[in-house]
Amino acid sequence: MEKILEVENLELSFHTFAGEVKAIRGVNFDLKKGETLAIVGESGSGKSVTTKAIMRLLPESSSEFKNGQILFDGKDLTKLTDKEMQKIRGKDISMIFQDPMTSLNPTMTIGKQIMEPILKHQKLSKIEAQKMAIYLLQLVGMPQPEQRIKQYPHQFSGGQRQRIVIAIALACNPKILIADEPTTALDVTIQAQILELMKDLQKKIDTSIIFITHDLGVVANVADRVAVMYSGKIVEIGTVDEIFYNPQHPYTWGLLSSMPSLDVQEAKLYAIPGTPPDLLDPPKGDSFALRSEYAMQIDLEEIPPFFKVSDTHYAATWLLHPDAPEVTPPATIIERMKRFPSSRYYKGANGGATK
Amino acid sequence: MKIQKKLLEIKNLKQYFNPGKPNEVKAIDDITFAIYKGETLGLVGESGCGKSTTGRTIIRLYDATDGEVLYDGVNVHGRKSKAELKAFNRKMQMIFQDPYASLNPRMKVMDIIAEGLDIHGLVKNAKERQERVYQLLETVGLNKEHANRYPHEFSGGQRQRLGIARALAVEPEFIIADEPISALDVSIQAQVVNLLKELQEEKGLTYLFIAHDLSMVKYISDRIGVMYFGKLVELAPAEDLYKFPMHPYTQSLLSAIPLPDPDYERNRVRKSYDPKSHNYKDGENVTMREVRPGHFVYCSDVEFAALQAEHANN
Repeated sequence: MEKILEVENLELSFHTFAGEVKAIRGVNFDLKKGETLAIVGESGSGKSVTTKAIMRLLPESSSEFKNGQILFDGKDLTKLTDKEMQKIRGKDISMIFQDPMTSLNPTMTIGKQIMEPILKHQKLSKIEAQKMAIYLLQLVGMPQPEQRIKQYPHQFSGGQRQRIVIAIALACNPKILIADEPTTALDVTIQAQILELMKDLQKKIDTSIIFITHDLGVVANVADRVAVMYSGKIVEIGTVDEIFYNPQHPYTWGLLSSMPSLDVQEAKLYAIPGTPPDLLDPPKGDSFALRSEYAMQIDLEEIPPFFKVSDTHYAATWLLHPDAPEVTPPATIIERMKRFPSSRYYKGANGGATK
Repeated sequence: MKIQKKLLEIKNLKQYFNPGKPNEVKAIDDITFAIYKGETLGLVGESGCGKSTTGRTIIRLYDATDGEVLYDGVNVHGRKSKAELKAFNRKMQMIFQDPYASLNPRMKVMDIIAEGLDIHGLVKNAKERQERVYQLLETVGLNKEHANRYPHEFSGGQRQRLGIARALAVEPEFIIADEPISALDVSIQAQVVNLLKELQEEKGLTYLFIAHDLSMVKYISDRIGVMYFGKLVELAPAEDLYKFPMHPYTQSLLSAIPLPDPDYERNRVRKSYDPKSHNYKDGENVTMREVRPGHFVYCSDVEFAALQAEHANN
């Protein structure tokens, strides 16, 4: 499949009074046409910063690209001028923010807000733009769009506002849609509707989505591929099945085990001990080592490179090194691996012995 | 099974905001349930359904419009002398949702945790006070060096631990936890939930656990109540509720939870709930009825008969 975005060796720092915060420390990934890539991780892992770097939405006074490039359409986005970037932002790459309550302008009718990117990027008259806005509202499932374009954000519910934000983001048929926790502020029933809507629209307009979330349930629902981020780095990347049924990195194991399942009653929930490291002074070696029960001596000394698990699946953990001892993952992870054909715990269709 | 002694009884509780005015809101509309000693009752529902209001009315942060809250047989909302109120406040404590807004940024951890101790006169001198705070910090997995810091020096998970330590300081019997983990990261949520569970076993606490994350609620609760627009629509043992959800709203809520399992997600069928689907007639007696042992559903006579027939063999 065609790659439409490539992030290579991206390093980015913030300059604060306390010193240099290394928020992104060498991130590599690509986005293919028409796919959904989910980026998961806890707060402070750098997932939002990565996407804001792509959109160039970080304050220039305090942030600095240290290294690497973001290739889109043959151009390196980190090197573009503000003017050039404005032509891409909202047209080729657009973004849906977390909080639909604050991402709309309360003093403008929603019709005007949807027309804004259309008038800016496309050569359309106001009347045509309005028609387009009505069509977009219809597309995101808003009843009576002709009347509703005259209303203000406060006249809509949270779920409806997120639909409007999606309509704005889709106004110019973007090649890439970045959704930063688009459903976190919504109730589960509304969340399910919005996720269905996004998947539906993706099929219709054939856009690629980068979906940021910390909810693994949502990831399982929307993603084709998943990147797991921890302390400014991607620690594991693979297809959704590979990440959920054959995870390799101890951090991914921890994340997956710390969610209770609905059908099994565990006595005690697995909890990752400790807290994420301070990126003012990132630890030497594997940054997850201090919280990992699988850490080895080398984890404290050297940063693990990506080890290949399959053509699509890579994980940065020394456990995959040929010389590493074989470890037993947590019980819930073994249960998951039993369902994945190329894992060492796989049980055949008739429940045969392990390989 | 634990010994079933009712610690808290909520009878026909109503909480209306702006009563009698055009903008009247029936935040809690006639709900009745009981919480047994030593159990965890989970309360779920979407935002605005009245679950937080229920918790806040129980602890008397709001005065109830109508109905009773009986704690150990005593009406919480009855007229009380200052001394009685104080004695009652000691038994019931609350943990709040937002660990950033619920701690006074200008007070040191030591004073935040010891505030309850001071008010209730539980410690005799400064040394004892300090000892007790150190002990509480250790109980929630922090250490005594933390006592001289301010809240802003802590992470979200640590702050929620401080909130728990503060609630535990006066040795309560009953704790209302209002979305205690919603503001925390996944890996930290598990830590806090485990801590709450351990403390319950150790100290025999009773919890009212309010949340919208259904998988966590199922994990921590013995029984679960589902609320919809100010009404309790279903109340059942946790396992039972997930195996046999009966009210259509509960079914739609359960079908909407995304699970970390791609195969399941690909085949998920979501049900939607339309309150009009009940077609209740005027004057029809719609109330909580027991369909299975301990499993109550808000339904009419006709629905009750249908549900009973359906679940007779389970």
